[in-house]
Amino acid sequence: MGFAKIAFGLVHLVPLLPLLGAMINGFLTYSGRKVPKGFTAFVACGSLFLAFLISVGTFLYVSGLPEESRELTVTLFPWIDSGSFKADVAFLIDPLSITLMLVVTGVGSLIHLYSVGYMSHDESFSRYFTYLNLFCFAMLTLIMGANVPMMFIGWEGVGLCSYLLIGFWFTDKEKATAGMKAFVVNRIGDFAFIVGFLLLYWTLQSSGAATVTFTEMRDAAPMLAGKTWNGVPVVMLVTLLFFVGATGKSAQIPLYVWLPDAMAGPTPVSALIHAATMVTAGVYMIGRTSFLYSMAPETRMIVSTIGFATAIFSALIAFAQNDIKKVLAYSTVSQLGFMFGAMGTGAYHAGIFHLVTHAFFKACLFLGSGSVIHAMGGEQDIQKMGGLRKYMPVTYKTFLIATLAIAGIFPLAGFFSKDEILWQTFNHYPWLWVVGVVSAAGTAIYMFRMVTLTFFGECRADEHTKHHLHESPASMTIPLVVLAALSIAGGFLGVPDSLGHLIGWEHSNLLEHWLEPVFVMPREHAMASHSTEYGLMAFSLAVAIVGCYAGYVLFSKRKDIPAALVARFPAIHRAMQNKFYVDEIYQFLFVNNLLRLNNFLAKFDLKVVDGIVNLVGFLTKVSAYISGAFDRIFVDGLVNLVGNAARWGGSALRRVQSGQIQTYLYYAVGGVLLVMLYRLL
Amino acid sequence: MVSLNSYLVVTAILFALGLYNVMTRKNAVGLLMGVELILNAASINFVAFSHFNGNHVGGNVFSLFLIVLAAAEAAVALAIVVSLYKQFGTINADEADSLKG
Repeated sequence: MGFAKIAFGLVHLVPLLPLLGAMINGFLTYSGRKVPKGFTAFVACGSLFLAFLISVGTFLYVSGLPEESRELTVTLFPWIDSGSFKADVAFLIDPLSITLMLVVTGVGSLIHLYSVGYMSHDESFSRYFTYLNLFCFAMLTLIMGANVPMMFIGWEGVGLCSYLLIGFWFTDKEKATAGMKAFVVNRIGDFAFIVGFLLLYWTLQSSGAATVTFTEMRDAAPMLAGKTWNGVPVVMLVTLLFFVGATGKSAQIPLYVWLPDAMAGPTPVSALIHAATMVTAGVYMIGRTSFLYSMAPETRMIVSTIGFATAIFSALIAFAQNDIKKVLAYSTVSQLGFMFGAMGTGAYHAGIFHLVTHAFFKACLFLGSGSVIHAMGGEQDIQKMGGLRKYMPVTYKTFLIATLAIAGIFPLAGFFSKDEILWQTFNHYPWLWVVGVVSAAGTAIYMFRMVTLTFFGECRADEHTKHHLHESPASMTIPLVVLAALSIAGGFLGVPDSLGHLIGWEHSNLLEHWLEPVFVMPREHAMASHSTEYGLMAFSLAVAIVGCYAGYVLFSKRKDIPAALVARFPAIHRAMQNKFYVDEIYQFLFVNNLLRLNNFLAKFDLKVVDGIVNLVGFLTKVSAYISGAFDRIFVDGLVNLVGNAARWGGSALRRVQSGQIQTYLYYAVGGVLLVMLYRLL
Repeated sequence: MVSLNSYLVVTAILFALGLYNVMTRKNAVGLLMGVELILNAASINFVAFSHFNGNHVGGNVFSLFLIVLAAAEAAVALAIVVSLYKQFGTINADEADSLKG
């Protein structure tokens, strides 16, 4: 208990330690001093691992508290205090944020460790770890922030770090562009997010409950019922805007397009940011604002629909991809779709559960693919791999475990989390359940296609590459093994109560009960019976097994079947290969028009605005010239006239003064004569 | 009995001669002589008016003062002429025009 209490006292260090690490490495990088790589790695990994230890302690401390008091706010200092708008730098420690803290710091530590090996030959080693630590800081701020502005800081921070890390090798223009694409697409979502937040704050304020902290907003939420904005319920509008924000960050239709391109970054980055943590921020955000989503059944319907649509759509694309990371990227988009599907049903714990297990097995898959790419000397095309099982046994085994987990094979992690989602969906939106099952089957097939092409059969690499094939160093394989173990065991966090009941384990859905106090649930929904649940479980398991087997057979022994299918439907295959031309459509509809608008605005600026500015400048010049001329001619002329008049007068009158005494006498006599003449006349 | 007018005519002529002398002479000494003529014309006028005005003593006294004044004036003026000569090397009034504007 001592450790736990001390750890909780240090909980504010959880985000600050990675920030400190980022600052140390960042300043050392900036100063350009040669620092041993070991030191950089020690600072980066050490800071995050320490944060992980504190998170574990905090978990122990909070889980020791009674259920109703598991909601603690740690306030560091007031941040914004402007009228009724008050936001502190404060962290909300509750079961949800602790769960995410453990995932981010735990998986993050493993990926940091892995990166030490993966990036060991890179010149920008310390810059990489600076960004990675900075990302962890932003992500932890996002999940621990006790109010919306804090969350938004993290929300933007992870977007920034994502941009920096996707474009990490920025000398390659394509990669720099991918980073920019991610940033721009994310901005669209972020904009909706902040508009939603302002609308929410505004409505709360007009109801007399001006607050930005999550706990106070939750308590004030019932006041929002019945409030409308231009005839639309405010809650629905806010939740929809938040969801648009989530589609940007978490790569859902229609804003998912950046995630596949984000694979341009180093592979551990894809694992940490674009699989395990950042992209799940949207799911977390919905969980955090569950009190709003529970009041908006229409939004939840939309969230679920978009989620499952994304799941099946990206699964279809994943079928035809040959880049190992692209397959994983689309698989991530698809799995995120599942999470949103769960969030939409109101079973928030199921979405968070899948978030956690997905973090384990998808991080494992990405790191495994990184290990493969490392061994293949940078080659990412699975058509040029094959037979790697012999050369890389550890990578192969962990990759296979993670694949089985994502495919949903009992009793690996993915089975439980995906099954919980499908079960909840079956009860709420039966039609989406069908979509979900089809996507799950698709997941199993395309994942096994990838495993088969990569690890089974004959090696299709050239002799040179084959010669260099080797298992990765221990710093890379240890995280793989740990993550594979978590992919096996992670599912037992959420064994359905119905299943636990069978073996006499009551309340076996640990995660659901742990998270229960956090979420505000929608109205109780009638659930189908236990026997139906068993049936569905058996069905989805059967689908997964068949999918895995089909994936294996179709791409090893019976390659003729997919080949025949491709030959039969070349158009569909081409469309799938080209990601259904979504990028091209966006390019045509939005990017080109936007560029056209930009060009127009640029021309407008150049011609009209600059013209007006230049005209004003010209007129000023003219008027200044006129005023100058007036000054020079009239004013100066007048002044000079006075002076000159005196001068001329003087030079004219000086002739009078001849200096000769007799001349003066003439004047005097003349004067007298004049006076006399005057008197006479 | 010589009438007052006769005196006045004589003094007017004397004054005119003096003035003409002062206005036309180049020589500073000659110029002073003209001044003396003018003064004497005035002096004669005083005496004449005094005589024809009941032999009033005032006019005679005035002419006495004038004589003294003329003597003093001559002394000062001649001194000036001497220093003029020292300064310019001439007593020509036209050439002493250093106050010319």
